[in-house]
Amino acid sequence: MELLTPGVGLIFWQTVIFLSLVFLLSKFAWKPILSALRIREESIEEALSLAEEARKEIANLKSDNEKLLDQARQEREAIMREAREAANVMREEARTEAGKTTEKMISDARAAIEAEKQAAMSDVRNQVTELSLVIAEKILKTQLAGNKEQEKLITEYVKELNLN
Amino acid sequence: MLRKIIVLLLIFVGFSGTSMAFSGEEGESESFNTGEMIMEHISDAHEWHLWNGHYGTLPLPVILYSQQNGIVAFLSSKFEHGHASYQGYKMEEGHIVAEDGHSFIDFSITKNVAQLMFNVVLMFVVFFTAAKGYKKREGRAPKGLQSLLEPIIIFVRDEIVKPNIGKNYNKYLPYFLTLFFFIWFGNLIGLMPGAANLTGNIAITCVLAVITLVLTMFSSNKHYWKHIFWPPGVPVPIKFIIVPIEIIGILTKPFSLMIRLFVAITAGHIVLLSLMFMTFIFASWGVGIGSSLVVLFINIIEILVATIQAYVFTLFSSMYIGMAMEEHH
Repeated sequence: MELLTPGVGLIFWQTVIFLSLVFLLSKFAWKPILSALRIREESIEEALSLAEEARKEIANLKSDNEKLLDQARQEREAIMREAREAANVMREEARTEAGKTTEKMISDARAAIEAEKQAAMSDVRNQVTELSLVIAEKILKTQLAGNKEQEKLITEYVKELNLN
Repeated sequence: MLRKIIVLLLIFVGFSGTSMAFSGEEGESESFNTGEMIMEHISDAHEWHLWNGHYGTLPLPVILYSQQNGIVAFLSSKFEHGHASYQGYKMEEGHIVAEDGHSFIDFSITKNVAQLMFNVVLMFVVFFTAAKGYKKREGRAPKGLQSLLEPIIIFVRDEIVKPNIGKNYNKYLPYFLTLFFFIWFGNLIGLMPGAANLTGNIAITCVLAVITLVLTMFSSNKHYWKHIFWPPGVPVPIKFIIVPIEIIGILTKPFSLMIRLFVAITAGHIVLLSLMFMTFIFASWGVGIGSSLVVLFINIIEILVATIQAYVFTLFSSMYIGMAMEEHH
């Protein structure tokens, strides 16, 4: 039974000492400890949220970069395509131009050849005429060399005249 | 290093029974009364008996107050272990009585008061050191004693007080932290050889429970009292049964706190002492070694119990206070 009977003196001392313990520890231990803990927790929280923000920002930057790169790539492709098309057009043009020029040259050449040929032909004709005249003269000269032949011819002509 | 110390300490505690059995008290084994011995160990005393012999007993101050004599103070050694009377007082079975039978109040610094003071001084040293660490290394990682205490402080704050008290928990936190560490330190020191059974004393647990009761009363709101005197949603005839139960409940809650801690710690001490005294009863080496091993095991359990009881007392205190200030839901 003695165990279950609280002693008055012990109750007194426990009340006094425990309450002063609560008071003194609250003032000199719990207050600084708890506030230090709170401050540290807040700073950790803050650092974590800052890190999170930074992470997001980096992600944003990365996606921005990606976007820029993509844009650049597209631009490059467009430029390339344009250039290719331009080159094709130019090549085509050059080809048709070249074709035309050759054709023209060929036709010019043909015309020139034709002209030359005509010139040459007329020249040949003239020469043949001249030659034949010369030959005819020479033949005549030889045939009419004797008087007999000249008389014969004259008689012939006269006969012809007579007939008329 | 720390582990080695703990192991050594445990071995020392575990085998202290056996060594005691084979050192001083062998001669008394015939007149050995286990029950009396255990009661002596777990009760309060006016002297601190550490070992037998002339210097083994520490006399403690006796302070008595009576209307007749006013305050009387002297050392308990004046009684010469109950053989002598001093200033009209004498010692009878561990209690001081007045020879002429007048009534007085005993404010003596008994063994438990001395241990209470020791406990409190130790707490001051420990927590002031920790607080200094927080000031010195502001905003930086804890170190040493800080790192030992910080998880416990955070545990009390986040797992016990915050969920039970709610938004106003900061106001109550110092009390609960003090309560938790007071009980924990008291329980652990009480396990040391030669220590008093401080937290297993009903006066100590009574005061703690009463403080919780007072805090409950002061923080109670209208809603709490309405629930007690006119519980909503209960048919009127049943209210006549419920209301007295609720009124008794106001007191049974702190009463259970008081009894639980007292019983848990005192029972633990009784179990330990009984196992140790097996050696004395059987006076055999075999039993000594066997019981020492069991005592070692129970001691480890008791360290667990010391922590659990501190947790439970704080948890239920915060629950009772939290219930009293709960807003209408």
